[in-house]
Amino acid sequence: MSHPKAASQFLKDHANSLWHDETLWMVREKRDAISKTIPEWEELRNLASQIKDKVLSNLDVYLENFEANAQKNGIKVHWAKDAAEHNQIVLGILREKNCQAIVKSKSILTEECHLNPYLEKNGVEVVDTDLGERIVQFLQQPPSHIVMPAIHLKKRDISALFHEKLQTEKGNEDPSYLTNAARLHLRKKFLGSKVAITGVNFGVAETGEFVVCTNEGNADMGVHLADVHIACMGIEKIIPRRKDLGVFLRLLARSATGQPITNYNSHFRSPAKGKEIHLVLVDNGRSLQLAREKFRNSLKCIRCGACMNTCPIYRRSGGYSYGSTVPGPIGSILSPGLDMKKYSTLPFASTLCGSCSDVCPVKINIHEQLYEWRQEITKHHGEFGKGLSMKLASGIFKSPLAYKISGSTMRKAIKLLPKGLIYNPLNVWGKNRDLPEAPKESFQEWYKKNRG
Amino acid sequence: MSSRENILKAIRGIQRERKELPTLPDFKLEGDLVDLFIRAIQANKGEVMGEEEFNNWVSSCDFHSIISLSEPFQSLSTFELPEDPHHLNHLQLAIIQGQFGVAENGAIWLNDSQLPHRVLPFITEHLVIVLSKENLVDTLHQAYERIGEEHSGFGLFVAGPSKTADIEQSLVVGAHGAKSLRVVLM
Ligand code: SF4
Repeated sequence: MSHPKAASQFLKDHANSLWHDETLWMVREKRDAISKTIPEWEELRNLASQIKDKVLSNLDVYLENFEANAQKNGIKVHWAKDAAEHNQIVLGILREKNCQAIVKSKSILTEECHLNPYLEKNGVEVVDTDLGERIVQFLQQPPSHIVMPAIHLKKRDISALFHEKLQTEKGNEDPSYLTNAARLHLRKKFLGSKVAITGVNFGVAETGEFVVCTNEGNADMGVHLADVHIACMGIEKIIPRRKDLGVFLRLLARSATGQPITNYNSHFRSPAKGKEIHLVLVDNGRSLQLAREKFRNSLKCIRCGACMNTCPIYRRSGGYSYGSTVPGPIGSILSPGLDMKKYSTLPFASTLCGSCSDVCPVKINIHEQLYEWRQEITKHHGEFGKGLSMKLASGIFKSPLAYKISGSTMRKAIKLLPKGLIYNPLNVWGKNRDLPEAPKESFQEWYKKNRG
Repeated sequence: MSSRENILKAIRGIQRERKELPTLPDFKLEGDLVDLFIRAIQANKGEVMGEEEFNNWVSSCDFHSIISLSEPFQSLSTFELPEDPHHLNHLQLAIIQGQFGVAENGAIWLNDSQLPHRVLPFITEHLVIVLSKENLVDTLHQAYERIGEEHSGFGLFVAGPSKTADIEQSLVVGAHGAKSLRVVLM
């Protein structure tokens, strides 16, 4: 489904979409508040961006160093060119260990590779252990946000779900009660799993160690009780030096949720006695993206989610409207790199207001890349079929999304001339929220009057 | 050609500008480190207490399952560390010696030398970390400076109890790991 179609479905439940919008904006405000307590915040963002520049310019060498150091520490390193190979490697390890049930902590990469359905098809039970991920897994849904996987659901939904799956009291919607039920349920899974899978937040070339951050402690509960830890890592997650972690860990949680650090930040360097660590390095389109000069910077992403929380379109349309593993502004520049046709509407799911670029802790020029993708997609529109090309060819104000979303955010956006929006990254939601009073008519009405 | 070779070859084939790694400034904090540290732990939903307060708390709790690995409180242990970490499942209290704390965010560094079982600070119902006031640094920059070349199989910054906000963004303390964190600052 195209983004505008999916977005308009989400918008049908008005109360829910309003709650979604306001809740994410609250997270964005928490991020703002905490960033202002750090005088060197902007300097940290610059440093993070420069470190990542260096990583991308020297990725082959860092990967080799990382691998050699990890191997020296007793970690088994595997390489996967794509999702299919990644999944085969993981299954191979499970088969070798005779393992039919695993626990997994949050890993966007394994979502990207569709590891769960692959393993399930091959007879392996997969239990996602992050609370939000477990909730969406029960519903057979993917996460709708990379940091807050169940942000689209209300506690009454979760209460009903847990009543069905975990036999909690009917109608008890107390978050503490529901969380405790999940704790008891997942404790059994942690104690019974021989293999645990995690993602990786950072891999340090200099030491061969990797870092995993959580608030719940679920990654650690899984791996320290299991015999085998499989860590799945995109090749762009490398950083050169251990001390670079100081920069990235100062930025990550503050940008993600407005907290000063995640409560657990685990540094894995070598397996405990008698145990194994496997690390799977995955390309899956990353080297291709690296080769696209205009879009290279998208590989700096540390998956904090801040660009989603601030994006007026994401907040109003929900994570599922993007139909890609990583939604929101960053997803809209990563996904077309994987499949330009399938994700052709995503770069248009933006007002180009530039707020995403303003909050990004590694200073990715997200809104400029969105604009670049529009050019690419418009150039190739002929290949995508007539209907789409007609809609896309003439730019943002004739894009389907722009007239389907007719909420207050878009009413504010029309204060700006189309040209101004496209060519001049005015920062409507970032630096200046106090806009002059928005016009009463909806965008759709305005568009009808003013097009052509 | 293996996938490893393929990936590395693809990357090597890309024209890229040479870039330099920035040197990292030594950003510090303003203010009293003890104060800042206490405030940070509290913000993370932990508690900070002195020795006496801690002793009163422990004796009021009537725990029957305690493992203490901190020198001054060794006598509180109720049993020997089991060989198999799965047997820690019903552990009520773990008391661990922290290496140093970070004032900007409350993170406390532990590694394999404090953690005979890596799962200990997670699986226990309540966690206490004993820390000397002398061992506080300003920010994570000084923290990694201090960790330096240290070589441990596992290292952990723990900054609070296990928590989640995955149900409608309401904060709940005690997701999978320790339901509380108390720091005894001596
Ligand atoms: S693009 Fe930037 S803001 Fe968005 S998730 Fe990645 S690091 Fe965070």
